[in-house]
Amino acid sequence: MSEPRGRPRRKNPLAKTRQPLLPPGLRSRTALGLTAAAAEGRFALQVCSDCGLVIYPPRDACPGCLSARLPYQEVNPIGTLVVETTVRIAAERYFRERAPWRIGMVKLNAGPLLVVHLHGDVTEGGRVRLALKLDKSGAAVAIALPETETLNMQDDPQLREMTCDPKFRCVLITDGRSAVGQAMAKALSVAGATAVFVGVAEPWKPFVGMDLLHNLERVEIVPLDVTDTESVAMQARQNGGRIDIVINTAEHVRPGGIMARHGVATAREEMDVRYFGLMRLAQAFGPSMAARGADGSNSATAFVNLLSVYALMNWPTYGAYSAAEAASLSASQCLRTELRPAGVKVINVFFGPLETDWFQTVPPPKVTPRALAEAVLDALKNGLEEVFVGDVATQMRARLAVNPKALERELAG
Amino acid sequence: MSTPNLLEFASALASGAIRVIDLTHTLCPEFPNIALPPEFGQCAPFRLEEVSRYDERGPAWYWNNFTVGEHTGTHFDAPIHWVSGKNLANNAVDSIPPKNFIAPAVVIDCSAQAHANADFLLTIPFVQAWENRHGRIAAGSWVLMRTDWSKKPAAAFAGLGHDGAHTPGPSPDVVKWLVEERDLHGFGTETIGTDAGQAQHFNPPYPAHFYVHGHGRYGLQCLTNLDLLPPSGAIIIAAPLKIKQGSGSPLRVLALTPAERHASNK
Repeated sequence: MSEPRGRPRRKNPLAKTRQPLLPPGLRSRTALGLTAAAAEGRFALQVCSDCGLVIYPPRDACPGCLSARLPYQEVNPIGTLVVETTVRIAAERYFRERAPWRIGMVKLNAGPLLVVHLHGDVTEGGRVRLALKLDKSGAAVAIALPETETLNMQDDPQLREMTCDPKFRCVLITDGRSAVGQAMAKALSVAGATAVFVGVAEPWKPFVGMDLLHNLERVEIVPLDVTDTESVAMQARQNGGRIDIVINTAEHVRPGGIMARHGVATAREEMDVRYFGLMRLAQAFGPSMAARGADGSNSATAFVNLLSVYALMNWPTYGAYSAAEAASLSASQCLRTELRPAGVKVINVFFGPLETDWFQTVPPPKVTPRALAEAVLDALKNGLEEVFVGDVATQMRARLAVNPKALERELAG
Repeated sequence: MSTPNLLEFASALASGAIRVIDLTHTLCPEFPNIALPPEFGQCAPFRLEEVSRYDERGPAWYWNNFTVGEHTGTHFDAPIHWVSGKNLANNAVDSIPPKNFIAPAVVIDCSAQAHANADFLLTIPFVQAWENRHGRIAAGSWVLMRTDWSKKPAAAFAGLGHDGAHTPGPSPDVVKWLVEERDLHGFGTETIGTDAGQAQHFNPPYPAHFYVHGHGRYGLQCLTNLDLLPPSGAIIIAAPLKIKQGSGSPLRVLALTPAERHASNK
């Protein structure tokens, strides 16, 4: 079992805040296949299409048969920890200040031998389950985890360097007026966040679920309107210095395409919420989060953007909405690069049609706000970067990988 | 008629013999806007974006871009705003004769009644009772309905419940009567619109909009400081922005009152 992590001690205000450092993050283009798998929480290695050899480290030619056909595919992550060691003095600044740091060599049942980070609950000679994670630099690394769940497993300090567990962290949910925002607030409260700040725009307008929000433990409703620059800046001045996780739930869903939409007034609102809104949040909260990327064990850790999966391919029935989501996705990718030097992850969570009013006429399967909230929680706990929630999103992901053009035509109906 | 001496007017302003009262709310993002069902187009709330503030975007100067709807904050309604006024001459803010932007006002105090009942409706007998005390409403006057609604905090000001807004306004009869029998210049309120919060259920729906604009008259809403005005004798200066074919505009509404009249109203 891992040492259960208690509530972190309050910071000494006279001590300097530790600045973020990153582990070495350069990888070859081929090795970025590991990054893609880690971002989605998959364990995938190169497997030779010709001789079936499972390959690690990533290569451009098969060491067995010299074939160049080496696609990544999911591989059995079980293996044996052959040998372990503890690094006490490291040359890399990042590991230097985190020493001692355990590493080891794992022989996968599937064949290859990997040098990996070690969870505290694995022992030499024992069976382990490998996982690919994104480290603070955003690069894929392998960590050996206990084969089955152990007590307080998430609290292991080496694993925590690669995850964004909300326990004992302060979270901001940007829009609590929606069912999604409220489900998110509830999930984060239950997950043990120290404080869950929930933004409510236009507080003079009553909304369904207002009482529910008020009654959630450790939830504090704060004024925040992502369409109002000053409101976002005000909230950042108020609470930005202690927010470790931002979850952008601000949504603007209206059906309709590009040509048939009468004018651009609604489209402007969509862009204001989804694109400019994200930019306002990034400008207001990003810098203080970046400054706190290594601030103790409850450092600033993640910026979560909820996105319609139609950000990836336009769904003409909700065509203008899809376009605004695409803009938001693009901004999100930019923000990811901007926050990377601080070790703060940007997590894009893609969902299909939701079980909410604005998708009332859309047939199932639909994603419930609760399922979406659970997926966000899971993404934070596992340190993912790309998450696809529900059948529609998962299927879109798969079809995009195979034939985007076909998907475009199929979405056109 | 002798030539008016405007310099006398200017010196009365300078001396304070004529008092200038601001009837305008500050344009700010927090001020409630009209809320329509979400599937309809919405009036944009006020938003401010800094262009530069003595910084790398403009080292020696500070300025902003702002966005508003024509019906955001304290604003003017032109006849073209409503379907009943769509075919009238000079019905948009750019074509209204400028002299119409300056007119006398009567202020009908309904504050006690509105305080007791958020759905209070101004009626003909109520106005007639007012006339018995203050004299007949002169033709060409703004009729301003004082409710002290401007003093309410945002949520109470918007008055939104699950069955729509509950805010005071005029009954259908009284606006028709004011237009036809008193030849009003326009109708002004402290609430978000010139109509009552529940006016979509009236016959006709939104009677103030329907009758006032249908007769080429004007609306003013989200006014404040009406409690500082005398029942009659104030002059209103309300010139909207000259927006081409504009249906209305946020504006600065000023009232001129004789200083001593103000004192006697208290």
